[in-house]
Amino acid sequence: MNVLDEVGRDTAGFFNYAGGVTNLVAESATFIGRFRIRVRETLDQAYLLGVQSWTIVLLTSLFTGMVFSLESAVQAVQYGVGNLVGGAVAFTSARELGPMLSAVVVAGRAGAAIAAEFGSMVVTEQIEALQALGLSPIRMLVVPRLLALVIMLPLLTIFADIISIAGGAWIAQASAHISFESFITSARQTLPFTDVLKGLIKSVVFAVIIVAIGSYQGLGTRGGAAGVGKATTGAVVTSIILIFIFNFALSYILFRQNG
Amino acid sequence: MAEIYAHLDDVTVRYGEKVVMQNLSLDIVEGAITCIIGLSGAGKSTILRLLNGLKRPNAGRVFVKGRDITQLPERELIGFRQKIGFSFQFAALFDSLSIGENVALPLREHTKMTDPEIRNLVSQTLEGVGLSHVEERFPSELSGGMIKRAGFARAVITNPECVLYDEPTTGLDPIITHLLTDMIKRLRAKLNATAVVVSHDLESIYLMADYVAMLFEGAIIAYGTVDELKRSLNPIVQQFLQGSEVGPIPI
Repeated sequence: MNVLDEVGRDTAGFFNYAGGVTNLVAESATFIGRFRIRVRETLDQAYLLGVQSWTIVLLTSLFTGMVFSLESAVQAVQYGVGNLVGGAVAFTSARELGPMLSAVVVAGRAGAAIAAEFGSMVVTEQIEALQALGLSPIRMLVVPRLLALVIMLPLLTIFADIISIAGGAWIAQASAHISFESFITSARQTLPFTDVLKGLIKSVVFAVIIVAIGSYQGLGTRGGAAGVGKATTGAVVTSIILIFIFNFALSYILFRQNG
Repeated sequence: MAEIYAHLDDVTVRYGEKVVMQNLSLDIVEGAITCIIGLSGAGKSTILRLLNGLKRPNAGRVFVKGRDITQLPERELIGFRQKIGFSFQFAALFDSLSIGENVALPLREHTKMTDPEIRNLVSQTLEGVGLSHVEERFPSELSGGMIKRAGFARAVITNPECVLYDEPTTGLDPIITHLLTDMIKRLRAKLNATAVVVSHDLESIYLMADYVAMLFEGAIIAYGTVDELKRSLNPIVQQFLQGSEVGPIPI
């Protein structure tokens, strides 16, 4: 009976959480649809959440592209298909690694920042103060962050794609003597532009996940400083898990036809 | 006959398993300063949150100017709250905004005033609470008393019809306490607004209250003017007013 109770409680908790996040996204979309947007705050958040994330995106995508190229280039040359390495790196970067890695590192940085900031605001009654002033915390706080990241994460993803391919090209040349021209030609032949766009569609979905989960966790903070820590950790872990799940689902939906 | 601004009707509030209020009823007289006293954790601040819709009761209804606000959807509550100022216990100023921006926020969001008009009104309001030339400073740069006064300024800048004060003098020195008590009286006179003050500070309450309500174990056990309360025969009220350890209040 206790096990059944627990399963019931967890199931109810799951649907409660999913419903809360969906509500938050729907309410944000309503404000955006009615153009009730704080432009200056959105630009500030684009800088804080997006522009300030460029170094970690650069480092992760650079080294991922490099290691992917390192592992594949020598093997490919041995089998006489060194001219395919550029395609493999570009294909993987644009479709999977670029969008997902950018989202994961931004979830760790921006998602945590959102949850911690909102959590602190809950603890210090600032969220209640907004409501008491007749202002919606979703319009004032969530919408600017949502818009900012929906714009900035795809840009960071494009940046990650370029850096990853460039890093891969450099390592392919250094470790397996695959020329830069050969690498880029292979990349251009293998990777259709629509795949790059589909990768960007993924990054838009990931941006919504990061902001929605960070905001929901932060606004739901209970219990002082410990609660803020719990909300922040919960936001990062949940966002990253959802990014992986949605990445699979989106790959299945978006890339099913062209394999 | 005094007009009633707000009425809590048979209100029950629970936080999880804990019952904070049980069938509580209370009238808030229009244009008067009503102080709510009681032990820590008795639910005094919850009454303020019920009055501006931040908290919905588990049972019972809350009427403000005759309108039942317990049934209002959140979107309508947002509009309703613009008429009620709320001064929080720790001011709850937005730490990412300067004092000037904090006080200006409701004007920027709810009015079509121009920037110079807003700045002018913010300066006047801050001067009214004894704060000059702090517009550019941030909450972390001010003392506790100054932060409270900035919170007062933000709560009253839109000329609300009612101002709710949560522990306005807690943790402040006697001089600032007296200053803030005086300020609450002056703001009431200036705005002609109803005020509800939650406080433990009996000296301040004696100075400013038109009516006092004492909350104990989820119910209002005494209500009246300061003199009526002082003359109350209720031993709980007497023990609380005398600050005595001996009496029916369990410690």
